[in-house]
Amino acid sequence: MRPEQPKYKTSDEVDFLIVGSGAAGGILAKELSTNGFRVVVLEQGPYLTETDFTHDEVKVLTEDLLTNHPKLQPTSFRKTPEEKAVPQRALVYGRLVGGTSVHFTANFWRFHEIDFVERSKVGAIAGTGFSDWPIIYADLEPYYTKVEWEIGVSGLAGASPFDPPRSKPYPMPPLPVKSSGVLFERAAQKLGWHPFPAPMAILSEPRAGRSACVNCGFCLAFGCEVGAKSSSLVAAIRVAERTGRCEIRPNSYVHRIELDTAGRATGAVYFDAERNVQRQKAKAVVVCANGAETPRLLLLSANRQFPNGLANSSGLVGKYLMLNSGAMSMGVFEHPLNDYKGFAVSRIFHDFYELDAHQVGFYGGGGLDARFDFTPVGFAMGGLPPGTPRWGQGFKDTLRHNFTRTMEIFCHGTSLPVETNSFSLDPDLKDAWGLPALRMTYKDHPDDIKLGNWMNLRASELLDAAGAQKKWSLPAQEQQFAVHLLGTCRMGQDPKTSVINADHRTHDVKNLFLCDGSSLVTSGRGQPTMTIEALAFRAADRITALAKRGDLSA
Amino acid sequence: MTARIIPTDDLPGAREAGAVYFIDRALTTFASEDQQTYRNGLPALLGKTEEMFPGVRSFSAATPDQQDQILHSFDESGQTGRRAFRPRGAQTFFETVRTHTIIAFLIDPDSGGNRDGAGWKVIGRERAHSFQPPFGAYDKDYPGWQPAPDRTEKTKT
Repeated sequence: MRPEQPKYKTSDEVDFLIVGSGAAGGILAKELSTNGFRVVVLEQGPYLTETDFTHDEVKVLTEDLLTNHPKLQPTSFRKTPEEKAVPQRALVYGRLVGGTSVHFTANFWRFHEIDFVERSKVGAIAGTGFSDWPIIYADLEPYYTKVEWEIGVSGLAGASPFDPPRSKPYPMPPLPVKSSGVLFERAAQKLGWHPFPAPMAILSEPRAGRSACVNCGFCLAFGCEVGAKSSSLVAAIRVAERTGRCEIRPNSYVHRIELDTAGRATGAVYFDAERNVQRQKAKAVVVCANGAETPRLLLLSANRQFPNGLANSSGLVGKYLMLNSGAMSMGVFEHPLNDYKGFAVSRIFHDFYELDAHQVGFYGGGGLDARFDFTPVGFAMGGLPPGTPRWGQGFKDTLRHNFTRTMEIFCHGTSLPVETNSFSLDPDLKDAWGLPALRMTYKDHPDDIKLGNWMNLRASELLDAAGAQKKWSLPAQEQQFAVHLLGTCRMGQDPKTSVINADHRTHDVKNLFLCDGSSLVTSGRGQPTMTIEALAFRAADRITALAKRGDLSA
Repeated sequence: MTARIIPTDDLPGAREAGAVYFIDRALTTFASEDQQTYRNGLPALLGKTEEMFPGVRSFSAATPDQQDQILHSFDESGQTGRRAFRPRGAQTFFETVRTHTIIAFLIDPDSGGNRDGAGWKVIGRERAHSFQPPFGAYDKDYPGWQPAPDRTEKTKT
């Protein structure tokens, strides 16, 4: 299944060294190697393929087969910089070739035009670094289209009246509707809202040598065993490998980027699988390690020229972390939905994408989806209504009745960028390699919580309109666990208020680029991967143009 | 104990799913750190049995009703919690056994627990690895996607 790869020596000065092989890194590897460059991708996790993936909940969820392991890489958490952080699991990300795109739910909404210019439209928000992007939707539109066609997104163009303009339809029809989708669609229309088939990065028909979705029901948190989920692993890395110019080097844990005396990046230092220190040389470095590990790597790479962290003259590396706000309501219906079959989401709506702050009393907006993303064990542990006995006959009876009859409505929304919300290095806690661990500092902006609860009321109304026999809501709470890792090396024109420019080049180091969730200036409305991938396609074009005119080696 | 956590009725319970055997294996593999919890917990269970029902010589010798009363005295947390992204962090003896029993009952049968798919029979999950629509009662007569009637008039707000 894996094509032959070149084996570069660490002393070979390759054209590009990419740190991380996830949503952004995979696409940059594909694009840069296709454009003729010699590329090495260093991925800290293992190289697993479809035959390694499994429905075993213990292996995947308890033993972290696909994800960062809390024992190897412990983390700490605190709400505010005044507190001392306590060790606790603060985040999850995919730690394998393909990164988080291997185990995600695959909701693939584009950002809308407003997401890039919202600061200008609604004005400053006290206590936040709310800003416009240095690019607009039109700059990114061709790249959203590339994601849909080259990575593989199912959907129905024009189905939502709120959708931004697009240059091409989706390459594939939407996935089939689930019972949760039908209940959601009918109820939302009754309430005057505009539900539509969810755009998903899952194949609805065979494409590019990959199988269509077989609706096995193990999507969120699991790797796809048939290659239907459009991960970087199956949709980008394999294309990069086929160029014959790209080497994917798994089990390579980068912990330092080195500069020469002229202040240019010369490559990266990493631990190989045996924990020996290696140095890969490169003409330019692109860090795509995710919104937590990218700032951590820069902070670990502090040197004499950059005592506060590499490319951190702004002091903003790791700051303005956004997680997306969220809340959830659940309903139980008379007849079986069997929503465990299939992918998670089949219907969504965007009527509340831009709420009027004067009307609702807070900033924000979002989208609602109909879903069922519980595994059987996960459902028994957390999918039953409040008040259900936790064991015994009452527990079993409820489990038996509810498993096939339950659906969720998930409310996804904005997070405001607050400077103190951040990833930084824990002063005490170390990982298994002896490196400073990630410390997360996070306290949701009050508007984010208000938004989650406002949307949850709409979700509750929707469940009533759908005829739920029982419903309950899990209110928005201050978050202590991160899944979406956004905004920590933000893009901008001003080197004082941002870390990278619109080409993803760091303001401080000419041949060092960053592209992943850390690049985002605002949070969007909850589904960031599509935008991370569009940014990666665009960054590849920009970096190629700079390289071709000799602007990286000057 | 597992048989009281998920009892047998007209459908299989933890006993038929082979939960005890799964837990035995778990304690030498993914749950090896919980061995001490069991080592401390099982004598405590016996002690509680003797304290609550003098003359009953072991937990398994107690009647189902007595067993439930004993387990209630161990279960301090009351009701179902908020959903957790991953089943982890069980601490007390009772909570550990409860978690392991649920895993043993509902894990994918190909993973070494949930003997004969007993747990999935109870919750109504078919055992196939692929499914075709219609999936459930509400999508079976779905006519195909229709836009909301007013959508042509709708503008962005």
